[in-house]
Amino acid sequence: MRYQQRQRERLGILGSGHIGPVVARLALSAGYPVDIAASGDPDDIALITELVIPGARPRWASDAAADADIVILAMPLHRFLDLDPGPLGGKLVIDAMNYWPASDGVLTVFEQGGSSEIVAQRLAGSSVVKALNHIGYHELEEQARPAGAPDRKAAAVAGDDRAAVDATARLIDRIGYDPARVGSLAAGRILQPGGPVFGITLGLPEFGQAVHEGARSLP
Amino acid sequence: MTDATTYTFGLDTFGDRNADASGTPLSHAQTIRNVVEEGVFAEQTGADFFGIGEHHTEEFPMPAGDVALAAIAARTSRIHLGSAVTVLSSDDPVRVFQRYSTLNAISGGRAEVILGRGSSIDSFPLFGYDLADYEQLFDEKATLFAELLKGGPVTWEGKTRAGLLNQDVVPHTESGPFPAWIGVGGNPESVIRAARLGFGLALAIIGGRPARFAPYSELFLRALEKFGRAPLPVLMHAPGHVAATDEQAKAEFWPRYRDIITLMAPQRGFAPPTTSRFDWETGPEGALFVGSPGTVARKIAANLRTLGATRFDLKYGMPGLTHEQLMTNIELYGREVIPRAREMLAAS
Repeated sequence: MRYQQRQRERLGILGSGHIGPVVARLALSAGYPVDIAASGDPDDIALITELVIPGARPRWASDAAADADIVILAMPLHRFLDLDPGPLGGKLVIDAMNYWPASDGVLTVFEQGGSSEIVAQRLAGSSVVKALNHIGYHELEEQARPAGAPDRKAAAVAGDDRAAVDATARLIDRIGYDPARVGSLAAGRILQPGGPVFGITLGLPEFGQAVHEGARSLP
Repeated sequence: MTDATTYTFGLDTFGDRNADASGTPLSHAQTIRNVVEEGVFAEQTGADFFGIGEHHTEEFPMPAGDVALAAIAARTSRIHLGSAVTVLSSDDPVRVFQRYSTLNAISGGRAEVILGRGSSIDSFPLFGYDLADYEQLFDEKATLFAELLKGGPVTWEGKTRAGLLNQDVVPHTESGPFPAWIGVGGNPESVIRAARLGFGLALAIIGGRPARFAPYSELFLRALEKFGRAPLPVLMHAPGHVAATDEQAKAEFWPRYRDIITLMAPQRGFAPPTTSRFDWETGPEGALFVGSPGTVARKIAANLRTLGATRFDLKYGMPGLTHEQLMTNIELYGREVIPRAREMLAAS
């Protein structure tokens, strides 16, 4: 399905481990209202939210997703397999997860193809884009810069729905990065672990160059 | 107002494989013997703690650090000895308790344990564990370890090992639980777990601004209150290298650091190291404690204050440094960095 741009987009971040709190803080600073959820009771993350993500609301995952315009998947990939796709229907879903067997173990479902394409298949009622997966979580926070800063870095977005990609590019810009559009969700495989831009932060021209050169050697 | 807080200062190693002066790697066996000498020397120079982190690789041949700690225990009398960290997810909590309780007996009550979930994941395939289970493995095993530490018969049930029913686990400690910590690398949920189970909080900081961890100390203290526990200490662990001057320390450390991070980058998702990033990391804002005694002491004092931590453990060494360079590092750390950092902290 296609994403309909909203006036004031509410974010629902699913995952309160490494990347979730970082994206939440950046988005709150950029003026987005943010709900955040772990795998269980919001009471379990009330203290984390109050002290580490002040301004975010702790919610059940289903509520955070249902009330959001943009849902950010920031959970370990194996947890995604247990997620009910229902409340994510009709939403823009940003897949910030990675399939990384060297670090998280082998997940058979993700052994073939791009991980975000498989996520999209499982969320057929949502508009899935790949973004925020390729910069280390603490770097993501430290390297954010206002628009126009000379040392501003690029952050990529890949997706098949133009409106969803546009909305994600705006989000990326507002949280401190120059959006780099790398094409379709399938083209987004270039952003995966082991790829030419994974774990590296580059300015927009260098990022484009690295993606361009890397795409030629992509399997 | 005088700061009456007691600060302690430790040294950690991962058994980083030594080289000789020409750069030729020493054997694993010689590296391990050198670690024992370094631990004994750490006490002589004034360090409060010596820790060995479990690793299973060619560059870090140190899977059984507790055996090395026992050798150090037999030749020392004051320094505390512990893991930094024990990869509990791929170990058996009963065995870990037994090994460190034995170390505690040998050393006359000087054992400590830092439990980690394992960011260095080589032990999972080695011992037949599935990485995909790491959260459940760690959570269950840390819970059982907390029960074992209390002493007395243990009843426990879980999915990751056989249950225990009113089981007496020996050797008993002579004077209650020995200090135990949970190592945390940036996940606030792990901070809550440490507080829930009553472990100290060990912040493992290997890159970026250490100051970003300050909210975690606050989170830890508030979580302890919430769980009705008395305050527990916060420890900061960070890598570094001390030499006579900043220039010498950086010149010795950089090529070894560059090589090992480059090697680990693809698997761990690290950015390949650059000299400009290294300069930033070794500067006042970064997480590498590389420099002269004065530089490193200032940085330690500033970071302990920022993080509300009362212990600093310097992870010294890198694969390819010589034993002699490490001994100089230990000597300068013990005889110069620690007294200076203490002085600065007392004066603030």
